[in-house]
Amino acid sequence: MTTFRNRVQDAFATGVPIAIDRGARGHYDKRVKAAAVFPQMEDMRDRARVIRAEVIASLDEVLAEFADAVAARGGKVFFAADAAEANDYIVNLARAEGVSRAVKVKSMVTEEIELNAALEAAGIEAVETDLGEFIVQLAGEKPSHIIAPVLHKDRYAVGELLAEQLGVPYTDDPTELNDIARKHLRSRFLSAEMGISGVNMAVAEDGAVALVTNEGNGRLCTTAPQIHVAVMGMERLVRTRDDLAVILEVLARSATGQGLSVYTNIVTGPRRSGEPDGPDQFHVVIVDNGRSATLGSRVAEILYCIRCGACLNACPVYRHVGGHPYATTYPGPIGKVLTPSLYGLEEWHELPATSSLCGACQEVCPVRIDIPKLLVELRQQSTGHMPRSIRVGLAGFAWVSTRPRLYRTLTRFVAFFGRWWSKDGWLRHVPFLLRGWRIDRDVPAPAPETFNDWWRKRGA
Amino acid sequence: MPVQLFVTCLVNSLYPDVGKATVALLERAGHEVEFPVDQTCCGQPSFNGGFAAEAKQQARQTLDVLDATEGPIVVPSGSCAAMIIHHNPELLHDDPDYLAKAERVAARTHELTQFLAADGDPGTPVAGAATTTYHASCHALRWLGVLEEPKRLLDDAGVDRIELAGEDECCGFGGLFSIKAPEVSGAMMNTKIDQIEASGAEVVVGVDVSCLLHIAGGLRRRGSTIRVRHVAEMLAGDAE
Repeated sequence: MTTFRNRVQDAFATGVPIAIDRGARGHYDKRVKAAAVFPQMEDMRDRARVIRAEVIASLDEVLAEFADAVAARGGKVFFAADAAEANDYIVNLARAEGVSRAVKVKSMVTEEIELNAALEAAGIEAVETDLGEFIVQLAGEKPSHIIAPVLHKDRYAVGELLAEQLGVPYTDDPTELNDIARKHLRSRFLSAEMGISGVNMAVAEDGAVALVTNEGNGRLCTTAPQIHVAVMGMERLVRTRDDLAVILEVLARSATGQGLSVYTNIVTGPRRSGEPDGPDQFHVVIVDNGRSATLGSRVAEILYCIRCGACLNACPVYRHVGGHPYATTYPGPIGKVLTPSLYGLEEWHELPATSSLCGACQEVCPVRIDIPKLLVELRQQSTGHMPRSIRVGLAGFAWVSTRPRLYRTLTRFVAFFGRWWSKDGWLRHVPFLLRGWRIDRDVPAPAPETFNDWWRKRGA
Repeated sequence: MPVQLFVTCLVNSLYPDVGKATVALLERAGHEVEFPVDQTCCGQPSFNGGFAAEAKQQARQTLDVLDATEGPIVVPSGSCAAMIIHHNPELLHDDPDYLAKAERVAARTHELTQFLAADGDPGTPVAGAATTTYHASCHALRWLGVLEEPKRLLDDAGVDRIELAGEDECCGFGGLFSIKAPEVSGAMMNTKIDQIEASGAEVVVGVDVSCLLHIAGGLRRRGSTIRVRHVAEMLAGDAE
């Protein structure tokens, strides 16, 4: 695999779309405004954190309660240990029921398990129906943001893509673009035998799953086809409907600055006798795929995440590089912890290192996950991947730091010889370790006299 | 009671003038300043990098030196103050002796502008009319809540201060981050510098020399005439 740094270099060489920064800042600003007019916001964040913390602390029990409640309502629950098990279950179900087309609500966990590829390989068409996700699918790309998958494209790029892929006349008018997608998707909604959704939050007490969308596609996907499959990460639970209400108070506000998303569907089981609409079958696929290991780890707090995307919007690294250089389903601050904890630091140790620990993510997180602390924790577990020069340098510096007399001598030495290395207070030659700095910044030189020496002379 | 100055390793070796200005401010406010000469580095670079063993060595050294003193401890750096106040107790949680020391020292430690602001220092008018803007360093802002204090001190001293759009956005330094990911770090810095240039300020000030050295390095590379100063230098009347 290429390195994160390579991918960032490539992204910069080709030009990171301005749309990324604008889109992320736009969502961030909306969140700030929404929080400002909702005096209970900080209190709700505290409550949301407690709710999620308690669920994660007793996840086994909450999952069992949820599974029983789904079964009691006539739904089927399948626990998938990994992506392959989840995909096999869904593909086998589709085959057994003669499904040739599935319509999908935007879902990051199905991105994580690469469900679309598994369905396509089995000859089953998977159609993304969220506008952004639909565009990403047409382009053959990956989402670049967990709630705004097509943040990296502006409307002109979307217009060109639709014209090329769907053979429609070019337009960059957002309303017209919407209409094109709607027209294209309408027949798919009506002909699909299976609807596949994610789960924003599941409720243990009554087996309900909540879906939050702004386009109404979630409602169509979960009611028109005969089969509804809801796929969820193992941790996406609250105990009660009251708890769900608290999560919903902070979810849309954190994500898009909305008090509530345009559509909030709460689905409880298949159609019951006497009900006119709804699917005949309701399946919940609960995906572990590394979450059990995360649960038992020192970064279990990351499982509190409710996937609002606020940390991505706040993150200066994300704003500058977009989602694609992370090369994983979950980009941004949340992804820097989640990805290595799900798939292992061996492969993903670079991600926790790629943060200035500025803390902007933690400041906006609706469940107050201490992301900087978790990043430091993962760094502690992966110091072996740091360049040798840094490891040796820091070890040496720490050793000298515990020997104050030697420290004073060495810093005096550096100050004295600094005059040959510097000009006007700046280094003339940049050390090899700082070669990346040379691209766009100069490096300050040591001062001719340390503060320590100045102080001692002053007292003398 | 004396005030203990923890000057930080970067100020000691790169920007001793910031330390001198800090001493001048504290003395002007009527404090007797002591400087424990055996202080070295607080361990923040090791801690942030994930090098817990090295960070603990440096934290213990710092705690041994500071715990042997009395009076408030003042640090002219938001991130080093945050290390002492927040991260040392975290880092040493499984070391009972040093945890107690860490908590005692943390309770005595103050970031410079918060200390001066709480002190009620009326400030001394600063000569010169350079337009100044304040960059809010991340650790000072988010771990210590430093934002209004330096601004108020500057305003009280009659500094011609204008607000910086995006003042709370990271400059991209992040210590090892700038070495491991210099391209992203540099892009963040360039955004920050664009914002500073757009503000129209002649001087940009902050409370943490690590961010300031990064911004200064970028400004110099651009050939900018905008000066970079620590708030202590501004308040002590050393803006040139």
